[in-house]
Amino acid sequence: MRSFTYTRANDVANAVDEVSAEKESKFIAGGTNLLDLMKIQVERPSHLVDITRLALDTIEETAEGGLRLGALVTNADTAYHEQVEKRYPLLSHAILAGATAQLRNMATDGGNLMQRTRCYYFYDTDTPCNKREPGSGCSAINGYNRDLAILGTSEHCIATHPSDMAVALAALEANVRVTGKAGERVIPFSEFHRLPGDTPHIDTNLKPDEIITAIDLPAKGFADHYTYLKLRDRASYAFALVSVAAALDLDGDTVKEARVALGGVAHKPWRIPEAEALLKGKPATRENFQKVAEAYVQGAKGYGHNDFKIELAKRAIVRALLQAKEMEAKL
Amino acid sequence: MKNKPEHENTETASLSSPPKETVTLHINGEAKQLEVEPWTSLLDLLRDHLNLTGTKKGCDHGQCGACTVLVDGKRINSCLTLAVMKDGTKITTIEGLAKDGELHPVQQAFIDHDAFQCGYCTPGQICSTIGLINEGKAKTLDDIRDLMSGNVCRCGAYTNIVKVVQEALERSQQR
Repeated sequence: MRSFTYTRANDVANAVDEVSAEKESKFIAGGTNLLDLMKIQVERPSHLVDITRLALDTIEETAEGGLRLGALVTNADTAYHEQVEKRYPLLSHAILAGATAQLRNMATDGGNLMQRTRCYYFYDTDTPCNKREPGSGCSAINGYNRDLAILGTSEHCIATHPSDMAVALAALEANVRVTGKAGERVIPFSEFHRLPGDTPHIDTNLKPDEIITAIDLPAKGFADHYTYLKLRDRASYAFALVSVAAALDLDGDTVKEARVALGGVAHKPWRIPEAEALLKGKPATRENFQKVAEAYVQGAKGYGHNDFKIELAKRAIVRALLQAKEMEAKL
Repeated sequence: MKNKPEHENTETASLSSPPKETVTLHINGEAKQLEVEPWTSLLDLLRDHLNLTGTKKGCDHGQCGACTVLVDGKRINSCLTLAVMKDGTKITTIEGLAKDGELHPVQQAFIDHDAFQCGYCTPGQICSTIGLINEGKAKTLDDIRDLMSGNVCRCGAYTNIVKVVQEALERSQQR
């Protein structure tokens, strides 16, 4: 690891000042992704601002009837929080599908969103990677790409965002609260992460001086009909090949509202509201779910090893929606 | 807290390493005040500064769990933790588990069930088991397998490790 200077921030304004004072500075909280990348010198900050002592570690009710997850609440404390388990079980299940107990005890909710969108070549400093060294080229497009993206890719990058939590937050239409030099703002979840385009080294729309303070969950948690389906090469501690966060609001057998977000297939959690809307007012049947699945993979592109993900994603969407629908039968 | 010493002028500071940080850690019940470089991991601090070599370095990237310790009762990967960030916390390592010459019940259970071969992963497995019991979320054998997946055993002693965790869970429920 390269040497760096260290400061512990005592409030949000101080943290923003500290991170703005030096160009190559970064916030650190759980550190599970940042320190991992610093050890292999993919991340090389000259200054770290420790934000773990900021008062952003609580889960509170919002005026709109939702929950506000403080940015520093750990992934474990979020997943096992009584109100999250009861009102947002989709989020609990998604968090617990990711990483290990140790990592979930360390990683924070804000940090989960800030983990790097990545691929094996991003970690392999002996190979070109536009995300790691802009302009050096993409080793994955013509290389080994079994785990990589099929949607929203560019000729510069086909990396995937590995978070499970973020897939559930996309489906739930969470909002990300941030503070920077210019004050506070709220970023809708769908606009938080970026597609690679010709700047794959930038993962999010957060500005360099901005800090995440909280993630707001809207009142509607789809607790009656939801599923988080994660398909991977082993049953625990592996990134998704394809994952689906599915949620349904049903009136009998008729769909009032449907949400579908995919993980493991793109540079960001993948959601198509127009495809979800195909179900509105329609019976919750396999045939109708298949139409949604077809719409989700319109324009999907495989790169060889990951071609199978297109069919896998379609089948996973149908299965996840069927599971979400049939929950009552299982309980 | 800003720890750039004011007496150092910028020119000399730019040529020397960043300053060391002072931390106080309560390790296995004993307060230790240490001067550490900011990039020192908790794992390296335990092993190299305090000679507590029971905690093992496996992958050094949070994947194998050999470095698992308890910080304020919660299991974490000490390799992905900066020591300076844990100022003021209570840390329990494998060396702090036995009391008055008697092994911790989870340590004894690893021996009773022959739950290791080479033993390199064992300190991490034991700390992880205690963390799992503290969390109180494991109910089934599948839960145990899932919640212990952050601790790799390359000898493949998993069958007996699961037995240890199961026994430890049952004992904790009887208390």
